[in-house]
Parts: sequence; structure tokens; C-alpha cells
Amino acid sequence: METRSAAQTEAAGAALAAEISPGDLVIVSGEVGAGKTTLIRGAARALGVVEPVTSPTFTIGRRYAGGRLPISHLDLYRLEDMEGEDPALLDDYLGPDGVAFVEWPAAGAERLGRPALEVRLAHAGEERRTIEVVD
Amino acid sequence: MARLILAIETSCDDTCAAVLDGGRILANVISSQAAAHAGFGGVVPEVAARHHLELAAPVVEAALGEAGVTLDEVEAVAVTAGPGLIGALLVGVSTAKAIAAARRLPLIPVDHLQGHVAANFLEPEPLEPPFLCLVASGGHTLLAAVRDHSGHEILGQTLDDAAGEAFDKSARLLGLGYPGGPLIQKEAEKGDPEAFEMPVAMQRDPGLDFSFSGLKTALVYRCRELGPEGVEERRADLAASFQKAVVDQLVAKLKRGLKQGRWEAVALGGGVAANGPLREAVARVCEREGVRLKLVPISLCTDNAAMIGSAARWSETVAYPDYLGFDAFATGERMAA
Repeated sequence: METRSAAQTEAAGAALAAEISPGDLVIVSGEVGAGKTTLIRGAARALGVVEPVTSPTFTIGRRYAGGRLPISHLDLYRLEDMEGEDPALLDDYLGPDGVAFVEWPAAGAERLGRPALEVRLAHAGEERRTIEVVD
Repeated sequence: MARLILAIETSCDDTCAAVLDGGRILANVISSQAAAHAGFGGVVPEVAARHHLELAAPVVEAALGEAGVTLDEVEAVAVTAGPGLIGALLVGVSTAKAIAAARRLPLIPVDHLQGHVAANFLEPEPLEPPFLCLVASGGHTLLAAVRDHSGHEILGQTLDDAAGEAFDKSARLLGLGYPGGPLIQKEAEKGDPEAFEMPVAMQRDPGLDFSFSGLKTALVYRCRELGPEGVEERRADLAASFQKAVVDQLVAKLKRGLKQGRWEAVALGGGVAANGPLREAVARVCEREGVRLKLVPISLCTDNAAMIGSAARWSETVAYPDYLGFDAFATGERMAA
């Protein structure tokens, strides 16, 4: 699938939300600026989150409680790996009742478990993006 | 209102402790962890949490020692309760609770963002509300109406990335390292801010919200077009053009905020407020508009505990032992929620 604007990428995220169940882990991959947070914003909006959905890069994780189910948005870019880390580090952000969207999941791969969905975004020139969903 | 306050802040990179006597800073200790993180291109949370754990007690002791104050004299303990990474916040909250509980002192949980606002209430020359406050840091970018000492109203905020995050990510794209703000500013001094056209995001947007994500993407494309050698050659121009676009947007929204209200004073806060060109641009706007500008020292712009102690003076105090079950809250969940 190809989108032509950030608004369309957000709409693609909203469509994705229909396939999400409580406890799901959704991996969102793609380069810097590929639209990961934009897509997750669309999904969060569709799940009832009204507050701004912004990048979690600086603090690694954000949680949104206002929607139909608890939503976590993680960005593990800055985590080198989980070796020697507190294994419970990510537990504050994961749970059976909510959905967790994870960008740059590599560092936490073992701890995160198997994703329900994986979304791959790629630059296709200026505003355009390709989106691939893998079950 | 407690006079002698011990304040602790551990929401991100730095382990901070301060002692305040009213609005006067007796000690403001910041154990900067930036060096420890340089190899990782950013904040490593468990490294951060572990460092906080190792540094909390010595930093508190250093603050008390510098202030010449003993715990017997402290009247309340203030601590950043959020927003931030839960693991990092918990170190500060647990430390503050332990110190307070041992002395049966009240605990004052503080919103980190209100801390940035409250840095302006500190001596010397405290700024009295009302004023318009621009807070721009690695995790937050917002324009706030400050009408009294006890809180702020968010007039606009970033819809995607924070300004400081945009600096960090762009510095990484340009191969400049971490933290991005000072490195981009230094590189930009050698470059031409008009060399590359950057999107002027939100310029036509009538509101006061910010957006820095498109700017980051624009830089990704410029770097791709130029290739590694081209980026090497034009690094200073890229840095200067990017920095100008960030500053222009922050200043444009501040100007719009000034027009929408009858503000007589402006204040800056957050790590990005340390950026020289931003300070200069805001100073020019304030001079033109005939508005007073309050610039706290850079050490009070970046994360510190003195600002937390300052906010605590007007925040709700929790008496012993009511705070023993009190927990930290994370980014995305404001204290009011």
C-alpha cells in the first residue's frame, strides 16, 4: 500500500486499529522520518485517544489511558540491548489488557514476545510512503 | 509554605538535588550524565536508572553539604513525579519518600513541566505571573500561559516531535553526536542558514501548536540527495539551515501567542532555551513588542532540582504518611489526570 501524505498514513493507522485486540503487540518499523509515530497516532485516535500522540523517543515510553483500551507507545532506539538490564524495564508499558506499539524493537525483542502485527514503513519520495502489514 | 525545601529530580539524564530557602537557591547539584550516554546516541534508560540509583544519595548529600543544611532543618521534600521514564522517576520518588518518611516530613510531588515554568520564580529577580512561557526540551515543546504561581495552561504544544528531539535526531543524521543542541549550534556558526530550504511547518496554521517531524524528514531527504561525502562537505550549511527552521517556528508561535493575549512578559525554559540564536531571536521580538523578557541562567533551563523546589512552593503538600503508597506517573499522563 502507498500513501501520499501524512494524513493518509494516519488513516492507514486508523484502519489498522480495527484489527487490534487487547494484549496485542504491534511492531512498527521504518527509518527516521518514515512515519512510524504518524501511523501509531492514527491507530490511537481510532482507539479513542484524544490527547496529542507525540514521539516517545526521548523518554522511551508513553502511555495513553483515555481510549477504549490502555495504549503504550515505545521507542527502543536508544536501548542498545536488554542484556544486564532490569528485565522488568518494559513491564510498566506492557499488559494483557492494552495494546503496545513499539518502534525500533530490536533491543527488547526477547522480552516483548511475538508481535500480533508488524507494520513496515518506507520512504517513497517526499510525502509518499509505502506501508506493508505482516501478520 | 515550607521555607527550607530539599528537591530531587531524576526524570531523564541528570540526577539532580537542590536546597531552597524560599525562592533562594542554597545549592543546585546536577550530576550530568551526558558523557555516559554519548556512546549510545541518546538516553539509555536502564543506564540512566542505574546511574540515578548510584548517584541519588551522593547528589543529595552534596546538595545538603553545599547548602550548609542538615536534614534536621529541612521542612519538606519535593520530587519530580512525572512525566518521564517510569524506571528513572521511581528512583527519585523512592529516595524522596525514604528521606521524608524517616523524618516524618511532608512530601511535595511536582510536575516536571511546571518545574520549567517555576524556574522563573527563583531569586534573583523572580518573574511574577502573568507571563507567556515557551518550554522547549528533548521531551517537550509547549507554549504556556502562566497566570499564577501554582500552574500553567497549555496554549500550544508539539503535535509530533519535541524541538530538542529534532535537534538530537538531526545531529545524528549529520554525524555530529549527542547531545544535538549544542553540537548543531556550534556547527551552524560556520554555515549559511539560507543554504537549504527547509519546510516552514505550521506557519499557516492559525493555532499555537508546533510540528518538527516534517523538518526531520526534509533533512533525511537532503542528506540522501547529497550522499555521505556531500553531507560531510555541507554539514555546517545543513546544521545552520535546520537550526534556523526550528528557531523560526518557535519564534513565530511565540509571536502569535503574544498577539493573542495581552502579555507583558515572556520567559523561556527547557534545554533548547540554551540555544544562542533562539535567545537572540526571542530577545529581538520582545524588544520590538515592548515586552519584558526573562532569561534564567542556562543551568536553570536544562533539567535541575532547583526548579522542582521552586514549583513545590506552590504545589500541594502531602503529609506523612499519606504519601507512602504514592507512585510516579509516566510521560503521557499529567498529574491532573
